[in-house]
Amino acid sequence: MHSDDVVWSMLGNRQFCSYKMTTKTQNFCRNEYNLTGLCNRSSCPLANSQYATVREEKGRCYLYMKTIERAAFPRRLWERVLLSKNYEKALEEIDENLIYWPRFIRHKCKQRFTKITQYLIRIRKLTLKRQRKLVPLRRKIERRENRREEKALIAAQLDNAIEKELLERLKQDTYGDIYNFPIHAFDKALQQQEAESESESDAEREEEDEDDEDVDKREFVEAEDSELSDFEDMDKLETSSEEEQEEEEEVEKKASHSKWKGKTPLKGPARRKRPYIEIEYEEETEPSTKTKTA
Amino acid sequence: MKTSSGIENLISYGPVPGDGAGPPAPERVLFPPTFSVSEIKNKQRRHFMFLRWKQQQRKEKLALKKKRRKEREALGDKAPPKAVPKTIENQRVYDETTVDPNDEEVAFDEATDEFAPYFNRQTVPKILITTSDRPRGRTVRFCEQLATVIPNSHVYYRRGLALKRIIPQCIARDFTDLIVINEDRKIPNGLVLSHLPDGPTAHFRMSSVRLRKEIKRKGKEPTEHVPEVILNNFTTRLGHSIGRMFAALFPHNPQFIGRQVATFHNQRDYIFFRFHRYIFKSEKKVGIQELGPRFTLKLRSLQKGTFDSKFGEYEWIHKRREMDRSRRKFHL
Repeated sequence: MHSDDVVWSMLGNRQFCSYKMTTKTQNFCRNEYNLTGLCNRSSCPLANSQYATVREEKGRCYLYMKTIERAAFPRRLWERVLLSKNYEKALEEIDENLIYWPRFIRHKCKQRFTKITQYLIRIRKLTLKRQRKLVPLRRKIERRENRREEKALIAAQLDNAIEKELLERLKQDTYGDIYNFPIHAFDKALQQQEAESESESDAEREEEDEDDEDVDKREFVEAEDSELSDFEDMDKLETSSEEEQEEEEEVEKKASHSKWKGKTPLKGPARRKRPYIEIEYEEETEPSTKTKTA
Repeated sequence: MKTSSGIENLISYGPVPGDGAGPPAPERVLFPPTFSVSEIKNKQRRHFMFLRWKQQQRKEKLALKKKRRKEREALGDKAPPKAVPKTIENQRVYDETTVDPNDEEVAFDEATDEFAPYFNRQTVPKILITTSDRPRGRTVRFCEQLATVIPNSHVYYRRGLALKRIIPQCIARDFTDLIVINEDRKIPNGLVLSHLPDGPTAHFRMSSVRLRKEIKRKGKEPTEHVPEVILNNFTTRLGHSIGRMFAALFPHNPQFIGRQVATFHNQRDYIFFRFHRYIFKSEKKVGIQELGPRFTLKLRSLQKGTFDSKFGEYEWIHKRREMDRSRRKFHL
């Protein structure tokens, strides 16, 4: 005979039920027809031959009932009733179908139905709001794009491009009267002066053939090359050449400082000029020190 | 093969005159023609021989160069023109939508598109910068810095509002552009730029974001002066429209006193943004100093109307399978 108590003492009470999940504080039942989700004598669908649940499928709620008369026919065991979409009507339908059933099952069915309708409402509300779409990153593609970006950056030679553009604009007179550079006259004289005094503050360049540099600078380079192969020297040179330009504007100093990245050979002319300029400085600072000591 | 002192055993591999046991290679090392470095089993010896082989190759290459240069000089004027090295920019597949500066159709289009009011000085740009939900520290700071770079821009927190509702409100308050910075894992990685009274919307992937404090050798803070704008290398029609979008962010009258310039440089479909302060040291020399944040953008899609991801009419989408096939084809 099919006795609930026997079933319960065999399965539910002990660890033999495969639907039973034990945790530290509680036991859960994974059976899909379970009304409360907990593993209890009154909630176990296996240990109660008269049982009912509410389940939802695709947004519609159904009441499932099981009676002892159909215990021998597993295919027809669970009887399904569609509940109305109207909340109150559905509650009445549950009451109607479960009339004369134990109070516990009726109550729990209604509670479960309420919870289900609440979460269905929430789903509908959320789908109307903005949904964040997660797009997975593909590692290979990310890596490829990063690499290409680096190469594009190197090919772009941004500083050069910007400077060229600015000089173009200066030539085309977009700045009007702000800068008083004699544009077409005195060109060569200016060029010569600049080649000497400002060759150390040239723009950064990529590693290129030596053919690309000016012939004038070339001569300097080859003479001084052996002395200036050390990078430590470059630091000293940087600081000293900073002193050189202290008189000039701050911006210019910083700009020229930022240009001294890799051109150790170009320090040649600077080196030659430095004694000339340092002497000036020493003259200026000496009197101040004298006054301090005095 | 004795394995005791690897270097001495190298004598068997070819005439090495005057080579005792020292690493420095002699002047002329002759490798027999059938010799291959990869056949040596011992790693140390193989490495040594490979270095020697490399040195020899370099010497030969240098000698060849010198010879060629001498020949060039000897020929003088009759020398053949120098060979131009191939670069990716040289080899770029010709894009039929490249804009010709004198093209009338393009000029007409530009006179009647959504940016025409801006370029006719009828509207002054006013920009709203916002982020995706719950921005983290880096993104917030980046937004602030971006707001200092772009004049007349305001930063507002998103607070979970839907973009479709924000846009009509912005239009009502006279904003001309909307920038949304998308964030992922605490770093900004996307940018949506939308021109407001139903202008085009461009969606970019943003990378290499550097805040001001991470930039080396930077200058002081950007001032309130209106910067100039430089747009480099936007050649195709698509590039042209994107370039105009960027130009429409900045007011039309740059204040040259401020000496600030914002650059959007396109190279191989990557748009590099930089913000500099410049100074003309002379008529041939200009110094630039980087202020401001920097970032790179890559265009993902261009949409005709304002932001609408589902029902929008897309003018251009980056389709990876079709467009990433060729390494020499660029779209901007």
